[in-house]
Amino acid sequence: MSTQNPGRLALLVAEREITTQLRSRAFIVSTAIMLVGILAGIVIGSAVSRHSESSPAGGSGTERVAVVPATAGDLQGLPGFVAVPVADEAAARAAVQDGTVKAALLPGAAGATVRIVALDSAPATLVAVLTRAPAVELISPAAVSDTLRYLVPFGFGIVFLIVVMVFGQTIAQNTVIEKQTRVVEVLLSAVPARVLMAGKVAGGSVLALGQAAAMALVTLLALKITGQNHVISLVGAPVGWFVVFFVVGFVLFAAMFAAAASLVSRVEDTGPVVLPVTVLGLIPFYLVIFGTGSAVLMRVLSYVPFSAVMAMPVRVFLGDAAWWEPPVSLLLLVATAAGVVMLAAMVYERSVLRTGARVRLGDVLGRRAAA
Amino acid sequence: MLELTGVSRSFGDVRALDSVSFAVERGRLTGFVGGNGAGKTTAMRIVLGVLSADAGSVSIDGRPVDAATRRTFGYMPEERGLYPRMRVAEQLAYLARLHGVDRATADRRARELLTRLDLVGRADDRLDTLSLGNQQRAQIAAALVHEPSLLVLDEPFSGLDPIAVDTVMSVLSERAHAGAPVLFSSHQLDVVERLCDDVVIIAGGRIVAAGDREQLRAQHTEPRYRLRGGGDQRWLAEVPGLEVLERSEGEALFQADEATAQRALEAALAHGPVTEFAPVRPSLAEIFREVIRDEAPRGRTAVAA
Repeated sequence: MSTQNPGRLALLVAEREITTQLRSRAFIVSTAIMLVGILAGIVIGSAVSRHSESSPAGGSGTERVAVVPATAGDLQGLPGFVAVPVADEAAARAAVQDGTVKAALLPGAAGATVRIVALDSAPATLVAVLTRAPAVELISPAAVSDTLRYLVPFGFGIVFLIVVMVFGQTIAQNTVIEKQTRVVEVLLSAVPARVLMAGKVAGGSVLALGQAAAMALVTLLALKITGQNHVISLVGAPVGWFVVFFVVGFVLFAAMFAAAASLVSRVEDTGPVVLPVTVLGLIPFYLVIFGTGSAVLMRVLSYVPFSAVMAMPVRVFLGDAAWWEPPVSLLLLVATAAGVVMLAAMVYERSVLRTGARVRLGDVLGRRAAA
Repeated sequence: MLELTGVSRSFGDVRALDSVSFAVERGRLTGFVGGNGAGKTTAMRIVLGVLSADAGSVSIDGRPVDAATRRTFGYMPEERGLYPRMRVAEQLAYLARLHGVDRATADRRARELLTRLDLVGRADDRLDTLSLGNQQRAQIAAALVHEPSLLVLDEPFSGLDPIAVDTVMSVLSERAHAGAPVLFSSHQLDVVERLCDDVVIIAGGRIVAAGDREQLRAQHTEPRYRLRGGGDQRWLAEVPGLEVLERSEGEALFQADEATAQRALEAALAHGPVTEFAPVRPSLAEIFREVIRDEAPRGRTAVAA
């Protein structure tokens, strides 16, 4: 029948995958929890950091500082300090020693106006208020704060990792369930194996992208609520690249999950066969979040297809990547994904009907493999 | 007419099908009979294109079967399988759509078929909440929901109670009368005997007998007769060319050619009244045992039946 083109069939399969998942209470609940978690994380994080920013000057209380008559005037009008007048230097030292004051302000030696005596560490705030800092001019200021330098790679990494693991596992599970319940034989009498796999990967990708988009939206919303608009403008372009890389990268992983799962016939056996695929996602994740310090490592990671999804947007964010680098890396990723998908389709096609013992990968990839 | 010609298939060293040829006529129910591992499922999977053949061809009305034609086939695999967590009617409609039926028609047909199979009350229940017998009906519905141009059913009656067997049978006959070739396998030889027009017997990956059920029975009928009455029947032993196989209580089973049998009947009438005289036709089970026995056993058992 000419009406049954493979694309339509794959869409039909994808549609079922999506509606089934959207009806799963576990899926809805876990997604909701994750989104609430992100929102809460950003809002609370922002509140905490604002609190700690406001504390150094005033803080919860005040620092007691011993002053002798000669230095009493120096502490006047400085917020956050309570002057504890003592008779002389000896009394001041004694007060520092027994802890009744944090530090003592004494007349300076030759040349200096004042001198601070403290017990075991320099009282930084006191030093700061008494010092006149020189003006600083940065020729190329760092665009990104240290916190963001750490958070953004982590954010890209964790979003990709979570989504790949959740939906990759779902695809793997569904593949094995179809095999275990033998429904796959009924399906294959209507749909070629490749089309079936394509539909599964497509359905998973739509769900994955949807969930990632929801996470991104909630993040933006949270940043907006907490008034961190400058962060939004900083991550705009990297997020754009991330989305593009994400879609292709997800397809790459989804195909591997489907193929790996097609090797076994029981849900209980899924773990070991999908483990290598999981590791392929985990290692790049750790390399990217801990490797942001090394430009060379990041450059390499941004071209390796399995880590490019996380690494390239980070480099764009840090301003390390030349304009041509993301497209080139993307091309590499697309080519790899295409190759892996074809290979995965072959594995899937050849093993999806073999029930019983686990199918060896070598058997299905061999030239004379049974179809 | 569905026709398999010289179909062979091996799994590793095991030859599951060895140049298998047989036909399934339109409008007729064809029973596919064979022992475990004889090759029934492999042959059926090849017809459906779920498995590929090493050699040989499958054609319908003289044209080789392609993927588009196969999509109009209906299949019930031996290993039952539907999505356990999907609602029955929804699942049937989904399968119909995979076979190219549009959404509205698919929904309507799913309901109709469930009504026909006395399952409509469970249409919106999840499959795994159904009893095994009802799951079996749902499985049959899955094979029928796209109004297939050909039906292949692997053990459709196993697990069904006698009433369900009748229901399913009438549905299958309907499809056959609508012009679809219907092929089904069964271990229940009495069911096949009762329901099938044609029979194909496979053993060790080879077709050992195929054709019209009655013709097959006639072919495999040894010249045996049953005689009831005709006196004490001791005289039977003296009829030349006649061999008595069993005799008791005024009833005898003997082997003889047609002319000798007629002479024996005349003699019987001369000895006393005859209440029964008839050729003995073997049951399908007997034919099955006979043809299977003639087959040399294979060295190895097939991995896939």
